[in-house]
Parts: sequence; C-alpha cells; structure tokens
Amino acid sequence: MHPVLRLLLRRAGMSALVLIGVSVLIFVIARVIPGDPARIALGPNATVEQVANLRDALHLDQPVWRQYGHFIADLARGDLGVSLYTNRPVTTDIAQFLPATLELVFAAAILMIGLGLPLGILSARYRGGIIDNSIRVVALLGVSAPSFVWAVILMLLFAFFLPIFPIAGRLSTDFLIEPVTGFLLVDTLLAGNPAAFGNAVSHIALPAFALALSGIGQAARLTRANMVETYDRPYIEMARSYGFPERRIAGRFAFRPSLIPSLTILGLDFAAMLGNAFLVEAIFAWPGLSRYGVAVILRKDLNAIIGTVLIISATFLIANLIVDLLIAWLNPRIRHGRGTGG
Amino acid sequence: MTPDVTDGAVTGMAGTGDRNGARETGKSIDTLAIRDLRLRFRGYTETTTVLHGISMRVAPEQRVALVGESGSGKTVIARAILGLLQLLPGAIVNGDIDFEGQDLTGLTTRAWRRLRGVRMSMIFQDPTSSLNPVFTIGEQFHEVHRRADPAIRRSVSGDRAAAILEEVSITEPDRVLESYPFQLSGGMNQRVMIAMAMANEPALLIADEPGTALDVTVQDQTLRLMRRLVDSHRTSVLFISHNLGVVREFADRVYVIYQGRIVEEGPSAAIFRDPRHAYTQALMAAAPRITGGGIPDVSEDEPAFLAPREVHPPEPTPTGDG
Amino acid sequence: MKRALAIIRSSVLSMIGVALVLLVVLSAIFAGVVAPFPDHRGAVVDFTNFNQPPHWPNIMGTDLVGRDLFSRILYAYRTSLVLAVVVLVLAMPTGVIVGLVAGYFDGFRRHALMRLTDVFLSIPPLVLAMSIMGVLEPTLLNGMMAVTVMWWPWYARLVYNITLAEREEGYVLAAEVIGASSLHVMFREILPNCIPAVLTKMALDIGFVILIASSLSFLGLGVQPPTPDLGSMVAEGANYLPDSWWLTVFPGLAILVAVFGFNLLGDALRDILGSDQ
Repeated sequence: MHPVLRLLLRRAGMSALVLIGVSVLIFVIARVIPGDPARIALGPNATVEQVANLRDALHLDQPVWRQYGHFIADLARGDLGVSLYTNRPVTTDIAQFLPATLELVFAAAILMIGLGLPLGILSARYRGGIIDNSIRVVALLGVSAPSFVWAVILMLLFAFFLPIFPIAGRLSTDFLIEPVTGFLLVDTLLAGNPAAFGNAVSHIALPAFALALSGIGQAARLTRANMVETYDRPYIEMARSYGFPERRIAGRFAFRPSLIPSLTILGLDFAAMLGNAFLVEAIFAWPGLSRYGVAVILRKDLNAIIGTVLIISATFLIANLIVDLLIAWLNPRIRHGRGTGG
Repeated sequence: MTPDVTDGAVTGMAGTGDRNGARETGKSIDTLAIRDLRLRFRGYTETTTVLHGISMRVAPEQRVALVGESGSGKTVIARAILGLLQLLPGAIVNGDIDFEGQDLTGLTTRAWRRLRGVRMSMIFQDPTSSLNPVFTIGEQFHEVHRRADPAIRRSVSGDRAAAILEEVSITEPDRVLESYPFQLSGGMNQRVMIAMAMANEPALLIADEPGTALDVTVQDQTLRLMRRLVDSHRTSVLFISHNLGVVREFADRVYVIYQGRIVEEGPSAAIFRDPRHAYTQALMAAAPRITGGGIPDVSEDEPAFLAPREVHPPEPTPTGDG
Repeated sequence: MKRALAIIRSSVLSMIGVALVLLVVLSAIFAGVVAPFPDHRGAVVDFTNFNQPPHWPNIMGTDLVGRDLFSRILYAYRTSLVLAVVVLVLAMPTGVIVGLVAGYFDGFRRHALMRLTDVFLSIPPLVLAMSIMGVLEPTLLNGMMAVTVMWWPWYARLVYNITLAEREEGYVLAAEVIGASSLHVMFREILPNCIPAVLTKMALDIGFVILIASSLSFLGLGVQPPTPDLGSMVAEGANYLPDSWWLTVFPGLAILVAVFGFNLLGDALRDILGSDQ
C-alpha cells in the first residue's frame, strides 16, 4: 500500500475513535450533572406532565449506556435530535449557521498562512536585526490579546474613526445572493456579481483579521524559531557556498525544511480559531454558530450543545487530517517511507 | 612570514606525475593566489587572531593540500576564499585573494557570490547532512545548474546531472536523481556532492575534509573517484585534510598549517621524503594513526612548532622549466 | 543564575516583561490600597455619574452604572490572577500524574490514558470549556474547573514524552533492578527530571489562562457580575461602541498588557532555561 494512503487510513481511523470519545465525553458531562435536564430545559413553569414527556423523548429514564445507544443510533441516521431552543432539528440549525463560521475561519486561516509565514521568514532571515525585533514584538502582541479585544480595536480604528470597512454583518442588504455553498465569498462569485463579492470581502476583512491576529503571531513565531534552527544546518552553509542569494536561501532552502514541524502546530491554531470565531462573531454580529452556540449553552439545550460540539470537533479533526496529509505530502520521509530505494 | 620569497619559484611548478607536460607549457595564471591573508575575530571584549598572514597558491589543474589539525585555521581559509567568512559580522579579513587573476577582495559581495557554485565550489565533510533533506537530488542539481545558466530547463539539467553522476561511477543516475538524500547511503551522497560541486565546471574545487564522516574504505573509494573527475575536467583542487595518508596519495603540493601559520610547504613528494619543520615531523610521527582515519594527536604545544616556515624547492620534472 | 540575570538584563524586552508583570501582580495585590473607589468592585450604583468618559477622578471613565472603571480593572486583575494560579495548580498535578503513569506503564494503562488525553486535545479548547460551562452554572469556581479540564492534557502530553525518554535511562533501570517500587521510580526518579520543563510551561501558560478565562467570561460563561472581570467588562461595553469606547478599550488593553507581560517573561524564561540545558 502507498505509505500516504496507509497513513491516511490510520489517521482517519484514529479520528473516528477520537470523535466517538468526544461524543461519550460530552454525553457523560451532559447527563451526569445534578438536576433533571428536562426540568432545566423546560424551566420552572413547565408542568410535571410536560417534563415527563420530555424525559421520555430524551430517554432520560433509561440507564446512561442505553441513552448513549439511542443517541448513537440517531446519530448514525444523521439525526442529532431537536433543539429545545429553536424547536428545529439540530442538524438544520447547524447547517444554517455553520457556513458563516467556516467562511470566517477559512478566511482567517488564509491570512494566518499568507501573513504569518512570510513574517516568520523575514524575521529569521534578518535575525538579530531591527526587522526581526519589530516582527517579534508585533507577533507577541498578536498572541497576547484574545480575538475579541482585537475585534474591538480593529472595529474602532477601521470602521468608526476611519470608516473604511462596514461595522457588522456579512453582506449589505442591497445584495440578494442565492445561497449555494453558504460561503458568501463563493456564492457571490457563482452569481457572477463582482460588486457583491467586493462587498462580502469588505465585510469579512475586519472579523477575519481580528480572528487571524493571534494565528499570524503564532505562525510567525513558530516559523522563525524553526528556521533559526535550520539556519545552523550544514546544508544551509552548502547553499551559501553555491552562491545562492540570501533571499532564495531563506525562502526555499531554509523555509521548506522548517515548514514541516510548523504545520502540526498550525493545525492546532486552526482549532483555536474555530473556538475563537465565537468571540469575533459576537463583536461583528457575524451570523455564525456563535450566537446559537452561546444561546443553547445558556439554555441548557442538551441536544444542541452536543450537536454543536460534535460538529466543531469533527471539523477540527478533518482539518487536522488535512494537515497530516499535507505534512506527508511535503515530507519525503513519509511520502517515500524510510530506508533506501525510491 | 615573508610571503614573496617563494613566489617566483613556485609559479608554474605544479606537482608530480605525468600531467605536468601539458600544463607547464603555457604561462598560465594561477587559479588561486593568496597573499598575506590575515583573519581576526572581534569578540565582546577582545579580538582573536586566527590567521597570521597566510600565503599560498594553486596553479591550474594543480591539486594542493592544506594539512593541519582541527583549529589550525585551515577551514576558515576555505571559507575566506569563497567569501563566506567575510559575511560574518565579527570577522576582519585582510590580505589579497587572487582568483584567476582577479582580486576577489576588491569585489562586491554580490560579484563574489556570483563566482560561487560557478567558478569555484566546495565539498563538505558530511555529505548526508550537507544535502538539503526536502529536495530530490535532481532538484538540487537543477538549482546548481541554474546558478550558471538561469534559464536551463529541468530536462537538460537532468541529462547533464546524469552524465556527471555516471562519471563518479553511479550506475543508475536516474534513480539517484529522483531520490532524497536520506534514501541514499553516505558514500552515494558523497559522490553526489562531488558531482554537484563539479556540475558547473568550476576552475577551483575546495574539498573540506571530504568524507571524514564516512568509513575508511568508502572514503578511499570516493577520493579516487574525485581524483579521476578533477583530472578529466582539468580542475584545480584545494584539499583540506588532517589525513596525511590521503594527502600523500592525492596532492601535488602540500602546505602544512599550524596555529594560523604555514609552517612548511613544498611538493608533496619532497615533504613526505624530508619533513623539515618540527611540527610536520610530529604530524608524520602520528601518521600510523592518521592513516587509520583518526584525528592526529599532536596537540602538545612545543616551542619548535613555532619555528619559521620551511620551504622546499621545486622538484625537478621531466619538462621542468623552473 | 548569574548568566540568567545577565540575559534578562541584556534584553530590553525581558525588562519590559518583568515591569508589566510586576505592575499587574502589584495592582492585584494592592487593589484595595491603590484603587480610588475600592467599593466599586461590588454592586454599587451611582446614577449621577454613569457612562462618563475619562475625567478626574475617574481616569478611565465610569461604567453603565457609574462605577469607576480604573478601580474595577485593578480588582479584575485580582480575579484573573487568582483564576490563573488556581487553574495551573489544579491542572499541572493532574496532567503530571496522568503523563507519568501513561509513560511509565506499557499496555492498557498507557493506551487508555493517552487516548483519553487525545480526546480532550481534539476538542477546540474554548468549545470544550464552553460545553462544560453549558452544563454547569456559570460561576467563578466552575469557570476555573472548565479551564482546568481543558488544560491538564497539555501537561499530560509533556510529561508523557519526557517519561518515555527517561524510563530508558540507566538510573531508572538501576532503580528497578534493585527492586524499587513503581511509585518510587515514577515520583522519586523520573518526576524530578520533568520539573524544569513543567515549570517553564507553567510560566508560559499564565498569560494564556488569563486569555482563555477572559474569553469565557466575555461569552457570559465565566465570572458573573458583580465580580469585576476584564472579559465581561469588554462584553458589556461592546454594545455601546463606538460612543462609550472607554468601556471596552480600557479593559481590553488591560488584558493585552497583562498577557503581553507574562508572555515576554515566559519567553525570557524559556531562553534562559533553554540555554542552560
């Protein structure tokens, strides 16, 4: 079997196991807490009969392991139950809110890679100098504030004092775009509406940047650290002895070997962004999972909580799977297996 | 300490053996001529002097060895010729380095860099860690070829790389070109590195203790391949080593360096027949261990080691014109 | 030690880090002395002076019920620091024990514990804490628990990796040969070798715990009013942007200052420990 395929299968299997573990964990946390979830969900004004009905619907009178069995059986049919907050299937709710969140996170991830890696390369290339020190301070500042603080600062600076970007939302109401993917940046292009695309870009710019700042800082710090280590390797001196320009040495000969250890951590940063998206969405009134997630948490809406956490964890696991494959693709040792013979 | 003494005598005098005839006829310019090269490193509190005025020359197609123990300064000489040392912030380099009649020290960093990998190139100690781990050998050859010809196509580079790999007795060059360094043995990587250094037909090849990281038989074999390659491409070699056995076999001319000074120089045969300087004699006495590939153990500082330089006269050659 | 001091002194950034950390820690300790309006940490209402921009004596303005923002920020530092210390003091030993056991024993125990750790690590941290807060009541104590639950796996992973390497070392084998108990080997032989790495991580983590905890309370899932907390202050003020900018900007900058200080210090510490090893 091809080594990359074998790796893919093993990682996919692991991810499935972890996802089951996550579901057990959330399920246990949700069911083991003191108090009657049905009573909590319905509130003090509900009748005894209403509570009993809900207990029955949620299988709350059965042993926990059987409850879990019901839950898994439903899950296998793609049924996460009904949200007590919206009275709609949890899957419908998530399908409505997830795309906006994912779009924001993807935009932030692109910024993280597009700005963080080059800053790290610059920093490493001019290590010890003024460029390096400036980048290091900026990167450390980036990781030193939660994304909602950056959201507030960016909003004040670039939406109020300098009204360059819109304050909130995903798209001006002037535009009506037929949802296809749920990603407005994609849908506006599919609709062949460049004005709407530009509008969507200007809307996502500030939230994505606020979300990305800590990732940019993290990526720059990591890339710098790994590259500084790589610069001590003999193959860099060999590249110099061949007269390659420093620019090319930094961007290619030192960067490529340093990228592999950085990628794993970047995968974890992506995970952090999935959570931090909640914070940024709240400031910019971004219609993503955040408001829904916080609302269902505050209302003890168990089905919706479990569903939201599972979906986010699954997204995270898929992203990590992609990162693993990327590493396998970039790292010849994995791609070709060890030992001699190509 | 008077570098000019030997200049006249050495010009045109190159080594031993049957290669002399063709080479000595033209009044050729030295491939490399170093005059009074001094190097100091500026530290936080004091300045350390590493080279106290080194003078040496490498004639076209000559194989010159620079012998000394580690810390004697032989490796920094190689870095200084390439212009790499001058890039270090604390290094103060003085003296002339003439390469093919051109004074390198007058060049801009950029112009000097353009000579590297094209007119002069270097082979490093540990082949496997000196090749970039994330690029195939073929990609690395392509990069090197583009130093001389930026527009070279990958396929042309591949053909040229395969041809030169065959010259170092690599039987399946195409498989090697597709491999990564970690997929090849140390000896194989060593041959790749030699071939890569020769890829752009440089005038000067600097070999810094080549193959010290490999075991002795492999080392011996690759050195023979290297010798064949530089012979057929008429390349001058500056060979840096602490291994006298290897030097004796490989070099036409030998410079012995001790604590940043050349203590003895002359044709290889003459030095081995009649070592005159106390330090050279001590090195020779340690030779049995050295030929085993070990590091010479003559670290005792003796006053005699600091005696002035011994210069052997040129060896008489069949077509001698000196 | 001399070397450590030299490195710290030589680096302006480390000095700034030390200064910021001192500023934050001293503010937290002496909030009662320094704060111009110490009673504003609680549920005080002053409708004659509410939602005012910075002016004397309210140098950072007043909040929506007329409390002095500066005083509340000082007390919020106290909340943040207590929370960070408690979280690390709970998470570190948990993680260390799990990591030691998983690293020392082969077979079932290792796989069970490390897979469990993986499960915790594969939920985005904030989401994990949120879901825990979702089923618990949002209080300071539960907030600490939630952050602890998401924090210990990092220590487990760290100690596990060290233990795996150390248990092959000669001194561990020697102890085993003379019949030392597993407990003895784990805690008396291996554990001391994990301590430098664990302490460095704790120093680096303080800033991040403050950051995560403020995020939780920003979402309304952590510290509850009237306890002063930087995250909930930002959340409260966010609805009044841009006019009442001081409501969000000062608490936000307060978070930035504290976390930046701890991160600078942590970086310096890592450089020192790194170069000593």
